[in-house]
Amino acid sequence: MVVLNMVEAINLALKQEMKRDKTVLILGEDVGVDGGVFRVTDGLLKLYPKRVFDTPLAESGIVGTSLGLAASGWKPVAEMQFEGFILPAFDQIVNHVARIRNRSRGAFTAPLVIRCPIGGGIKALEHHSDSPEAYFAHTPGLKVIMPSTPYDAKGLLIAAIRDPDPVIFFEPKRIYRAIKQEVPEKEYTIPIGKARIVQEGTELTIISYGAMVRECEQAIEKIKDHVSVELIDLRTLRPLDKEAILTSVKKTGRVIIVHEAQKTLGLAAEISAIINEEALLSLKAPIERITGLDIIVPLPKLEDYYVIDEKRIIAAIEKVVNF
Amino acid sequence: MIRKLKTFTVQRLEVLNEHGKEDRRLMPKLSQKQIKELYKWMYITRVFDAKALKLQRTGRLGTYASMLGQEAAIIGSAYALRKQDWLFPSFRISGAMLLRGIDMAKLYSYWGGDERGSKPEKGVNVFPLCITVGEQPLHATGYAWGLKMQKKNAVVLTDFGDGATSEGDFHEALNFAGVFKAPVIFLCQNNQYAISIPVKKQTASETLAQKAIAYGIKGIQVDGNDIFAMLKATQDAIRDAGKGKPTLIEAYTYRMSDHTTSDDAKKYRSEKEVKSWMKKDPMLRLRRYMERKNIWNAKEEEKLQKEVEAMVDKAVKQYESMTPAPKEDIFKYIYAGGAQ
Repeated sequence: MVVLNMVEAINLALKQEMKRDKTVLILGEDVGVDGGVFRVTDGLLKLYPKRVFDTPLAESGIVGTSLGLAASGWKPVAEMQFEGFILPAFDQIVNHVARIRNRSRGAFTAPLVIRCPIGGGIKALEHHSDSPEAYFAHTPGLKVIMPSTPYDAKGLLIAAIRDPDPVIFFEPKRIYRAIKQEVPEKEYTIPIGKARIVQEGTELTIISYGAMVRECEQAIEKIKDHVSVELIDLRTLRPLDKEAILTSVKKTGRVIIVHEAQKTLGLAAEISAIINEEALLSLKAPIERITGLDIIVPLPKLEDYYVIDEKRIIAAIEKVVNF
Repeated sequence: MIRKLKTFTVQRLEVLNEHGKEDRRLMPKLSQKQIKELYKWMYITRVFDAKALKLQRTGRLGTYASMLGQEAAIIGSAYALRKQDWLFPSFRISGAMLLRGIDMAKLYSYWGGDERGSKPEKGVNVFPLCITVGEQPLHATGYAWGLKMQKKNAVVLTDFGDGATSEGDFHEALNFAGVFKAPVIFLCQNNQYAISIPVKKQTASETLAQKAIAYGIKGIQVDGNDIFAMLKATQDAIRDAGKGKPTLIEAYTYRMSDHTTSDDAKKYRSEKEVKSWMKKDPMLRLRRYMERKNIWNAKEEEKLQKEVEAMVDKAVKQYESMTPAPKEDIFKYIYAGGAQ
């Protein structure tokens, strides 16, 4: 075991996969000499000078060429520098990366990984604090992952690299270095599509993912003496672990869904609909959504009004439990 | 102080003129048999195309993009490719797909709305054709880059229209190809229109070939109705691509038909203009050359016509007698294990 933050855990996963599989390539803006603006790819160019590429500043180009590289037998792990900059590549991702297997009836595939920091709370510029995961989770053909711990980040990234389908791997940047954890030095995988029960409980289920899991844990800690909460970290946003969600809801009968992304048509809307369709009669209270506001994420001076804190989560817990 | 840093020129290649007379110095080395083969593939392209339009009009095919008038650009370039090379096609290069080994009945089935039609047979180096405009040049560049890193002696040719040169992905592809020295050839079929928009409204550039200059790669305009010039330009580009030098070929041609079967070109261009291009028909030009050389006559033309029509009719029959794909197929290829 080693104690690592998320940046270090992802870096270790990349190193180990590049060593294991000679077809793994790293490409993106500033990922080589600079080691990435968050230092996630630090040191990889030195270890594998022929498989790490600093590319021109063009996200669509990075993803479009990655598709070609993947189809020709390589395993590209492309980095998008910030979530606001993944959108120029949205067309390539949705129109081609997600569809090439279906279009060619399985003759060609694009088993690539697109890594991308996501979310707010780091007092950044515009386009550096958004949560666009739902755009991608809406798309058949893609898998979408967002880890909440260094341990999960390493295991999920290794699974993503070994997966035969394209994976969008979102890294919550506010917890890049905020959480340190014991992580096995050896390689391991965490199955894609499986949620993690962070803690068991009987009266209420909180479903969350990414940086918000930590906020939920802190809120639960404050009220643990009078409410028994089960916390689920989804880890994978597509495919959703419906079984984990429904099993928990049937047990507790009360649900809060927490995510940083805006409310309208966010993941919480989909999860809420699934529960309504498949476990409505288990519910003892309406499902509560704690999400980002339906506004454009404010710049740092006003960002705190947008970011979810434990107070909002505790208020929601009390509302649902006392319904 | 202002100093001249660099000047650029844009070249245009012509080998065979409208009267079927060739420029001997530039003529690619071809046997009689090969010349006839070129003509045959142009013929196949034209008959396949005419049949597709007929099938569409009688409700037996879906929306289809005609290649009429562009046969030299399509066949001249594809004929130059070697077996190990790859084609990343647009939606207006069916003739090249056939030449590369795509089964004709299957290609009709694709245009008839069957995804199975875009799965190439094993060993046929053709990527599924791309419907979105100007986006596959990036895939081609990535694929070519991949082949190069695998030390394979192969190049990738990708085609697109004049409209595609306004798309960002086109520019990103040329830029990546230049930076990473990918063995790729960009074939722009400048057929003068992007649906209704003429080239002069598409760009203020005088040529499309010159767009290569900005990316440090070679660009050349070619008489796209001249089969020999197209062949030579592509052969040169293959040689250069193998050395890590990509080329943009602007095949200057004309779309004699509508954009697709959903379009009516009469709305945006004159009959006079279309007629002026009919005189430059690429097939007529090659036929004139062959007749001048006494290697072709009316009898051979008739024989070829019969042969190709029979080939196309057989493919249509095969296409129309195909069993529809099972409905489970719509779920099968979303992920490796099917749909979730």
